Amino acid sequence: MGENERQAVLMSGNEACVEGALLAGINFFAGYPITPSTEIAEGLAERLPRHGGKFIQMEDEIASMAAVVGASLAGAKAMTATSGPGFSLKQENIGFAAMAEVPCVVVNVQRYGPSTGLPTSPAQGDIMQARWGTHGDHPMIALMPASVQESLTLTIEAFNLAEKFRTPVILLLDEVVGHMREGIVPPRKEEIMIKKRKKPTAPPEEYLPYRAEPDGVPPMANFGDGYRFHVTGLVHDETGFPRGRGSDGDYLVRRLTNKVKNHFVPMVEEYLTEDAEIAVVACGSVARSAKRAVNLGREQGIKVGLVRPISIWPFPEKAIKDLAGKVRAIVVPEMNLGQVALEVERCACGKAVVYRLNRIDAELITPDEILAKIQEVK
Amino acid sequence: MAQLEIRLSGFGGQGLITAGIILADAAIREGKQAVQSQSYGPEARGGASKAEVIISDTAIDYPKVKEPSVLLAMSQEACDKYLESLRDDGILIIDSYYVKKVPETRARVYSLPITELAREKLGKVIVANIVALGATVEITGAVGQGTLEEAVLSRVPGGTEELNRQALAIGFQLGRKQLEK
Amino acid sequence: MAVKELLDRYTRMEKLPHIWCPGCGHGIILGSVLRAIQRQNLEPDKTTIVSGIGCSSRAPGYMKFDTLHTTHGRALAFATGVKLARPELNVIVLSGDGDCAAIGGNHLIHAARRNINLTTVVFNNSIYGMTSGQYSPLTPHKRFATTAPYGNVDHPFDLCQLVIAAGATYVARGTAYHTQMLIDLIAKGIERKGFSFIEVVTQCPTYYGRKNKLGSAIDMLNWQKEHGVPVKAAAKLPPEKMEGKFVIGELHCTQRPEYVEEYQRIIDRMERE
Repeated sequence: MGENERQAVLMSGNEACVEGALLAGINFFAGYPITPSTEIAEGLAERLPRHGGKFIQMEDEIASMAAVVGASLAGAKAMTATSGPGFSLKQENIGFAAMAEVPCVVVNVQRYGPSTGLPTSPAQGDIMQARWGTHGDHPMIALMPASVQESLTLTIEAFNLAEKFRTPVILLLDEVVGHMREGIVPPRKEEIMIKKRKKPTAPPEEYLPYRAEPDGVPPMANFGDGYRFHVTGLVHDETGFPRGRGSDGDYLVRRLTNKVKNHFVPMVEEYLTEDAEIAVVACGSVARSAKRAVNLGREQGIKVGLVRPISIWPFPEKAIKDLAGKVRAIVVPEMNLGQVALEVERCACGKAVVYRLNRIDAELITPDEILAKIQEVK
Repeated sequence: MAQLEIRLSGFGGQGLITAGIILADAAIREGKQAVQSQSYGPEARGGASKAEVIISDTAIDYPKVKEPSVLLAMSQEACDKYLESLRDDGILIIDSYYVKKVPETRARVYSLPITELAREKLGKVIVANIVALGATVEITGAVGQGTLEEAVLSRVPGGTEELNRQALAIGFQLGRKQLEK
Repeated sequence: MAVKELLDRYTRMEKLPHIWCPGCGHGIILGSVLRAIQRQNLEPDKTTIVSGIGCSSRAPGYMKFDTLHTTHGRALAFATGVKLARPELNVIVLSGDGDCAAIGGNHLIHAARRNINLTTVVFNNSIYGMTSGQYSPLTPHKRFATTAPYGNVDHPFDLCQLVIAAGATYVARGTAYHTQMLIDLIAKGIERKGFSFIEVVTQCPTYYGRKNKLGSAIDMLNWQKEHGVPVKAAAKLPPEKMEGKFVIGELHCTQRPEYVEEYQRIIDRMERE
């Protein structure tokens, strides 16, 4: 190992999420114990006070989401972590955070559902819930790591995006990535770019807390900084107050949606797609199996590649559209009965045939299964 | 070595998950790639329990072990349950204290008094996992002895370093004797 | 302080007149909260008002502080986040009987258990007013509501006793009628470190009053006057004389370590290590 190379350290995806949060500057965590995400709460309970931050175990999932929003309004970088049933419970206040534009990070380590399901077993069944779990139209950013290293880097990215767009960001782990351990090289502090929410430049008497700048995002004052502004989940105008007008709703909800839609650059990994005739589209842990399958397929002379949405929301529409224009078939393996496939089918517009490969027996889809599907559609 | 897949199995409470973490940690210390995973939930309490480690010189994609080339079995149930998945050219290491019925297999079989030695020489069956780890590493060459010791010492509770060092030495010796046979 | 000065200093005048019905007691409670804030000389820039959903929870909109109108029942959980993240802020929670005792009941007992330094004022009008008159956990037995057309089968909580049992260190009950007492109670609640809880019995002539034929707002205020018995007087009365009446005043005042300070001690200890 060269002198400049740093020693890798062994940790789990959940532990890496804790490291990422600390590197991102987290100073508030509220949570409630739930498998398989609890290691994140445990890690931050130990580490946060050592960094001057605060950890609190709330009385339920709803309260932890609420506390996170409250802390963020008071200026904290705040996060919560949960899993399936807890994610369902948090949805109302995730909607509040979207409506009131409160930056925060929500980690959901996906487990088998619905309901209590198989609490310790992996699944990817929350893809659509991540997008549409709370009621009403709203923007949503959700990132899906496929490795322990990425669990760390995407946690940092989730905080940055939350601060940049003033919106809740979901880190959608799956149980496989959350619990597996592998070697990672944590970045040094100076190597990380940290984004902070825009502060108002106007004096308090002129501050309009919900007047957006050209990027669609209004500058955000903290409670206690002298701006004395109002925050509500009701439809509000630029002053932050409700007027009960549908036209205010039309303007606000379009702005909220567009600030992400127009300014967020979807994140994808493309692997061997240049000359591909068949593509696999897979996320999270399944993408690891898919990569092996693609390599095995290539060994057999099949022109196959992989597209991995890293930001599952907003969905990388253009990447999939372009892909559908050049491949014949797209295989979508996922640990659910077809959620990513719906998006792929929508984006493919019939230009490529979309084949589903679904497994819901609580086992990670294997490379062999994906390879068999590739051979079948070849 | 392209990719070595190891399954450590037994019953809950034998410290096999810790052993798996230590083994992966040692591989990482050597600049190799490693992935460790384990069974959770009801399966992890009593009954058969397992930890899996993949060690490779190159990036590891699929993180699960399907057909291990090394199987450590520290209970009869685990041996019976997981032997089927072991490759024909693989290595089966069994703890003779628990595995009385050695199944028929084409794999090379090493039957070692792991728990017995931990009890006799150290008076602590709790370090049987470390004895097993030492023997497994000696027989398979999965990682170096030095890095394994570093990994063990960094991951065991403070105050138990010497005990674990001795357990490791017993394991190495046990493995060496087998190889000399 | 004259009313005009009080309003200028602490209210968003442009948001007035308020949305509450004629005769509603909520304005009286809002006025009492503002006078208590003024008496305690809280710095407006360092004071945050948090509410849930319901008639009571519209109050923060009229108050010139940092104000947070949250989701139904969750005001205390949001407030816990605000307070823990920024302990120097004075955090006052305004809630209603439905918001606080039903959907938010769990948050209430746990905030009390933690003894976190928040002051909670519950506007108890015995009904869900904003949704036009359904029964709440504080609607008395046999009373009528749109969802209790044959009389309420439920029995109400004694919310103050509940919160005392859960560990709050300052608990009081007032009414919209006894305004001077109410200001005193809220002011002391703000002054006390720890979880302070003030239940305020108030009138909803529009829904609760009409549904139960309780007369005008003035009749309902008179009812408060006649049925609210101060703590000292209540102690001297035999139980039969207290039948149908309720105790007002300071019910509980004690001391216990406060949550945010306790957590800060851990941070300080970690820094020393």
